[in-house]
This record gives sequence, C-alpha cells and structure tokens, in this order.
Amino acid sequence: MKALRGGFLALLYAVLYAPLVVMVLFSFNSARSTTSFNGFSFRWYENLFSDYALLSVLQNTLLISVLASLVATALGVVAAYGIFRMKAGKLKNAVNTVTNIPLTNPDIITGVSLMLLFTFVGRLLGRTEILGIWTLLLAHVTFDLPYVILNVLPRLVQSDRSQYEAALDLGCTPSKAFWKILFPNMVPGIFTGMVMAFTLSLDDFIISYYTNGHFDILATKLYSAVRKPISPSYYALYTIIFLVILLLLVTVNLLQLRAETKHLRKRKERRTSR
Amino acid sequence: MEKKNIIELKNITVSFDGERILDRLDLTIEDGTFVTLLGRSGCGKTTTLRIIAGFLRPDEGDVFFGDERVNDVPPYRRPVNTIFQRYALFPHLNVFENVAFGLRVRRAPKAEVAGKVREMLRLVNLEGYEKRKIDSLSGGQQQRVAIARALINRPSVLLLDEPLSALDAKLRKDMQVELRRIQRETGITFIFVTHDQEEALSMSDVVVVMNDGRIQQIGSPVDVYNEPKNAFVADFIGESNIIDGVMNRDATVTFAGHTFACVDEGFAHDEPVDVVIRPEDVDVVGPGEGMITGVITQSTFKGDYYELIVEVRGFKWMVQTTDAYAEGQTIGIVLDPDSIHVMHKSEYSGLYGDYSSFSDEMDDPVPDRAAEVEEEGSL
Amino acid sequence: MTARRNRRSLGTVLLNAPYLLWAALFILIPLVIVLYYACTDGDGHFTLSNFSNLKEYGFVMLRSFWYSLAATAICLLVAYPYAYIVCRFRPAGQRFANLFIMLPMWINLLIRTYCLMTLMEGNGLINQFLAFLGFGKLPLLNNTGAVIFGMVYNYLPYMILPIYNVMSRIDPALLEAAEDLGCNAFTRVRRVLLPLSAPGIVSGVIMVFVPSVSTFYISKAMGGSNNFMIGDLIESQIHSQNSNLPVAAALSTVLMVVILVSMFILNRFSSDSEGGSLLV
Repeated sequence: MKALRGGFLALLYAVLYAPLVVMVLFSFNSARSTTSFNGFSFRWYENLFSDYALLSVLQNTLLISVLASLVATALGVVAAYGIFRMKAGKLKNAVNTVTNIPLTNPDIITGVSLMLLFTFVGRLLGRTEILGIWTLLLAHVTFDLPYVILNVLPRLVQSDRSQYEAALDLGCTPSKAFWKILFPNMVPGIFTGMVMAFTLSLDDFIISYYTNGHFDILATKLYSAVRKPISPSYYALYTIIFLVILLLLVTVNLLQLRAETKHLRKRKERRTSR
Repeated sequence: MEKKNIIELKNITVSFDGERILDRLDLTIEDGTFVTLLGRSGCGKTTTLRIIAGFLRPDEGDVFFGDERVNDVPPYRRPVNTIFQRYALFPHLNVFENVAFGLRVRRAPKAEVAGKVREMLRLVNLEGYEKRKIDSLSGGQQQRVAIARALINRPSVLLLDEPLSALDAKLRKDMQVELRRIQRETGITFIFVTHDQEEALSMSDVVVVMNDGRIQQIGSPVDVYNEPKNAFVADFIGESNIIDGVMNRDATVTFAGHTFACVDEGFAHDEPVDVVIRPEDVDVVGPGEGMITGVITQSTFKGDYYELIVEVRGFKWMVQTTDAYAEGQTIGIVLDPDSIHVMHKSEYSGLYGDYSSFSDEMDDPVPDRAAEVEEEGSL
Repeated sequence: MTARRNRRSLGTVLLNAPYLLWAALFILIPLVIVLYYACTDGDGHFTLSNFSNLKEYGFVMLRSFWYSLAATAICLLVAYPYAYIVCRFRPAGQRFANLFIMLPMWINLLIRTYCLMTLMEGNGLINQFLAFLGFGKLPLLNNTGAVIFGMVYNYLPYMILPIYNVMSRIDPALLEAAEDLGCNAFTRVRRVLLPLSAPGIVSGVIMVFVPSVSTFYISKAMGGSNNFMIGDLIESQIHSQNSNLPVAAALSTVLMVVILVSMFILNRFSSDSEGGSLLV
C-alpha cells in the first residue's frame, strides 16, 4: 500500500516535471534542435542577452505587469474598503457578483469582450488601430482587480470590530482609527494581492492576445514564435525565471516552516515546564 | 457474583518518535464495570484507549477481547465504540442520521433503523431533535448525540475519551450523573478517560491511576483515596501531606519526631516509609495538648472550613478544620491510628506532599487540550 | 445625527465610485457589447443569422464539451487520491508536496505545452527512447488523447488545490469515528470523506472545466488540425485575414451559456455547503 502511494506520487511528479526538465536541458544545447542534444554550451544564454528584440519584449512585459499591479492594488484597496463599508443588501450582493465575473468567466471571453469594447469605442472615435499598450494595460488592471479585492476584503471582515470601536472610544477620529487599526490589518492582504496581480499579469497570455494590438509582451511573442520551431533562447529565459521562482518559493516556505515549528516548540516547552 | 473479564491488555508497549508512551502495561477489565483511566495529559491514558479501540497497534504486547487476541482486528470489526474528545459528529448529517450511522453502514432495514434511533434518542433525552443540524446544538446536546451514536450498535464496551472536558462545570456535573445512569441501564462496560480526579472518584467502579506510561494503582475510588499505593497516587488524588517516617514494627510508626500508633502491618523492621496524612483527618487542639506541635503560617477561609498551612519541624502540612485560627498561632496536632496511612518508598518519594511552596493557583492544572491532541493523536 | 449619517454614506459612495465605474465599464459593458455584436450584422442591424451560421460548428462545440469533460474527470481521478495521500503527511511534507505541484504553473503555459510537444512528437524524446529500446514509434501527438492529456497536464493543479484545501480541514477524528462505527476503508470514503470534500470537488471541477472548454492553444498544438475546439474557432474568427467579429461574438455567447448552465448544475451538488466555489 505504501509502495503504491509512493509510486503514484513519483509518477505524478515525473509527468509534471518532464517538460520542465526538457526545457532546462535543451537551454544548454549547443545546437538549435529541441529534440536531440548535441553538447553542452551557454550559447543560448549569450544569445538571450544580445537579442535586443527579445529583451525589449521582456521590458514591455515587466512594464505592463508593474503598472497593472500597482493600479489594480490602488483601485482594489479602495474598492475593498468601500465594499466593506457598504450596507448588506442587493447592491452589495450585486457588486460581489460582478467582482467574481472575471474570475469565473473563461479568459477567452474576458479577452474577446474587452477587445470588442475597444474596437467598438474605436469605431465611434473613427480609429481602426485602437489596440495597443493602453488597452492592454486596461485589460490587465481589469483581470487583476478581483484578486486584490478578494485578498484585502477578508482581512477587513475578520478584523476585530471592537478594536476599531475602542480606538473611537479613546478619542480617535474615524479617519485616524482607519489608519491606526483597519489599515494595518489590511497590509498583508494588500501585499499578497499585489504579488498575485503581478504574477498573473506576468503570466497572462489569452487576454493579452486579444487586447495588445501590435504591442508585444513575452507571451504573445512566444505564441507567434511557437508555430515554427522556437529558439532555445526562450528556454534559457524561462530556465532563469524557473530557477529564480524555485529559489524564492523554497526560501519563503522554509522560513514560514521554521516560524511555525518554533511556535509549536515554545508551546510544548511551556507545557512541560508546568 | 462471578464476573468475566471482557478486555485484557498484556505487556503493552508503545513508543512515538523514540519516546515511550506506554511501558509494559497490564490491565484487565471486568464485564459491566465503569472503569476510569485517570492521569495527567501525556500519561498514556488516551493511548491505552486507542489501543483498545484499534486505532493504534502496540509495538509489543497483546490485546484480548474475552479469549480472542485482537491485535490484528481493525477498529470496524471490534465490538467497541468510542465517544471522541470533541465528539467527532458528522457535520454533513443531521441528528437522526448521525445516530443511525452505525446501522446504515450495516445496511439495517429501514424500520429497524427508525425504531432503534428513536430508542437511543429517548435514552439520551433528545427526542424531537431528529432533524436538527449538528452545528445548531449546544455542547451538552452534541455530547448526547455522540453517546446515542456510539451505543446504537450495542457495543460490549464503550470508550469515552475526556468526553466532558468541553462542557462547563454545571453541565459536567449533570452529564456525570447521566453517564452513570446510562451505564447502569445498559449494563455496557464503560472505559472512561479523564484528568479530573473528582470526576473519576464520583463516577467509577474502578479507578486506574496512570503516570509515565505505567499504571500506578488500580482500585475502587475508596481504596485509591484511602489506601494510595505510592506518593504519586496520594498526591494526585485529593490533598495529602506526605512525610518521611520509619516503620518501627507492625502498627507503630515514627515521624515528625513522635511515635504514633497506626493500623498498617507487614513492613520490614525499621523500614523507611512514606506516611500520608489527609488534611481533613488532622485534629487541631490547643498548644501542648497535641502529640506534636506546629505554627500556623497561613490561614484561608474556604466557606465550610478553614485551610491552614502549619509548619511542623521545618515541614509544611496542609490542615483543614472547621474552627478559625490566626496566622502565627501555635497549635497541637492529634492523629488517630485510622488517619495514618503508611506506604513503601517509591521513585516518587520526596517529590510530592510538601506544601512549602503552596498556592491556590498551582491547584489542578487544566491541561492544554490542543497540545494533548497533538501528542497523543497518532494521525 | 442624520447629517452625520449622510456624510458617512456620502463617504461610502465616494469610496465605491471608482470601482463601480471600472466594473461597469470593463466588466459589464463588454459583455453587453458581445451580445450586441452577436445580434447585429456588419451595418448594425439586428439579426440572428450569426447564431444560425453556427450550425456548421455544432460538432466542434460538442467535441469541446466532451474533451473538457474527459479532462476534468481524469484530473479528479488523479487529484483526489493525491489529496488523500498528502493530507496524511507531516505539515512540512504537505507544504512542499503542494509547492512542487504548483511550481510548474509559474512557467508560461505556452512554453510548457511546447516542451510537452517536443517530448511527444514523432522524433521526440519519448519515441527516440522507444526506438533505442527496439520498439516502434508511437503516434503520441495529433490525436484526441493528446489534447485531453495536454489539458490534464496544464490544469491538474487547479483540481488538486481546492480538493486538498477542503480535505486538509476535515477533522481526522471524523474518519476514526466512521471506522469505529463499522466503516471499512471504502465505506469510510463514500460515507464521510466524499460528502465532506464535495465543496472542494465542485470548485476543482469548475476551475478545470472552464479553462479546458475554452482553450484554443492546447487543442491546436497537441491535436493538430483535426481537433479544433470552440476556442480555436473564436480565435480564427478574430485573428485571421477575413475576420468575422459577429460570429466570434456569437460563439462567445454560446460558450458563456454552456459554462453558466454547467456551473448552475454543479452548484446544485453543493448547494448547502459553504465555500463551494471561488465565489466569496
């Protein structure tokens, strides 16, 4: 039974990681092929850093992700606080439902609908080439927003109401009580919401594909490239991204784990000392 | 009346992560009795219960149900049911379906299910609650559902893992009476785990005092209270002054600078012993009138009695008396032969029974339940 | 008092105004415009011909539905045992097991799928390995199985996470109680674990089905030209020389309806349990 479980997990991880192993391996291939390994080289990494077209696309991607996540965070925090203050009722339910639409709608619908909106507005303005960096940014903010709201809102709902009331009782004005009590409670949610928004923007392909016009980001560039055999430079780029993320996630998780075990050990010590 | 043994644990040893939880434990349980496993958290009482239920296999030793060795019998084939610490009621089922669960698993006919569930709900005074959701019930009601659910399969043994610890004091008292009544009505053997000595004494036919994975004493509540086997039991059950003494010969013991008559026999000549004096057994008299003399260092009014801390030759005694005394007063102490209990020395000698650093807050620590689950739970 | 309350509600309105405006402009109105395009011809006249033109695509729609249903079922069959096994690990083990399930998701779907293709294609590594062992080549790509496998590969973590989250919060004592009351390993799962983890299953199914049924890259990359799905149709109506936005809009409308109906049916399964989906 134990062997069966182990085998199942091993197979699962093997399948999940096989393509990534291919990616890492062939990023070091000395030839252009992505199916036969000819020898080890850093050629594609050197290529990557001299491929200005690719680097400028990378720059575009970072620009859009940073801008979109910042705007979405600012808007989302205000929205979350607004929804929190809203009286329970039909309007609040309606707002919550609308917030969930981009989450539950398939990306292709979100992309197509925004594209149609932009072309429609373009037609009204008499412009045929309206799609570009600005429409892409609007689209990204739109699909980032619900994630920020859904990370911040629970923090507000869970925050202890009596703390806020105690602050008012002790002479704080409502705005002062907000900054002293509610806002600090929101900060972790704001942070995770922003990180989530950033990574979603970084990774998005489908929505960008319908709203970017001729403004290329990594994913759309990759899509136009994958129809022909793609350059291992992309492998090199994503290998770097993969390693950075692996390192980050493992570190964060190890730190969290250490904090947790420390907490547990303290509790145990307190118990045995009694 | 001849009673037969329903459960026998022989030489049971269990370790987690190299830590020995149960150490060569032997325990025999008679059919139809109310047995309580009593001890602090981490003493191995819950582990013993899980061995009997079958959730845990002993590293060494054998478990017998009657004459059958059941080490390899999974929980679902054992004629035993359990009431879990936090009841473990199924949140997706209503009261009726929770109670009916055991019968449904056995695919009992509908009419039988309805009849038996009604009967069980009557037994625990929960008629009319059939359709209620579990989370709409109070703690006491959930407790009753758990009892009904566990009894519907007519187990030969019911295991109860600290079932009252989540209830408030008043409710706990009611449920103690209730459990006792149900045990008498059904005649099922109850094995009850608790850290609360009062609960153990008031409910059980037999109390099993445990510490460090070993059984310290098995006996009736009266025996365990009056005739503790060692300093641990004497201290754990009730309040005790435990004093170093020497057993001169049968029925004569010397301690606190005085030689007393007692009723204990069968010790070696001049054997060093532990002497137990219960605080309520001490007679306080005027200075010079007693067998020994002491000075009161603390006096606390407790409602129906006064609790005194009395220094006798550098050792602090706890004394309970109905008369008022002031701190600093010198008193005499008289001890009847009956109120002196002599024990052999044990590994616990000298660890307990001195009230030098006594304060009320140290009394009866409530165990950290989460921590206990963590340690004793095996999943 | 009323003045103060008015001020408060004015504050709430001001707080909500930007987001409400944004949500209306970029969430609601676009959906209305999809409907508008779907129901008009090139000159803006009302017509239903865009929908009646979809008849020739009926087979593609049916295919999309069945493929994604199959992918969802396979994901469920893999994710459920996974969650069951991992929930019994120590906390550190659980954390890292899930971390390594999520990790591939941080690499763009396009490049992962491309790597998968290079593994499975006619001269790919798997076939090279088979040839090395002396076996013949297997046609791994460009068939139905490949499309479904591609969707399972890409969306499996969306099934695993919600199921794990719900299952890890189930008190192990409940399973012991079931065992105590006579359940063997099988009935324990059927009578206790499955009903209690239903909310996780429902949200996992939604999170896999929705992107599967609307995918437009995986089907083309893994399935060749004979396995087009709705997503591919929509894409070709927009990104081709003779683009036809009204037909794309009509297709999108149909896709939305399919998903809404599926979700409605699914939510019936967990109507009385909370947290049944991502919706808060």
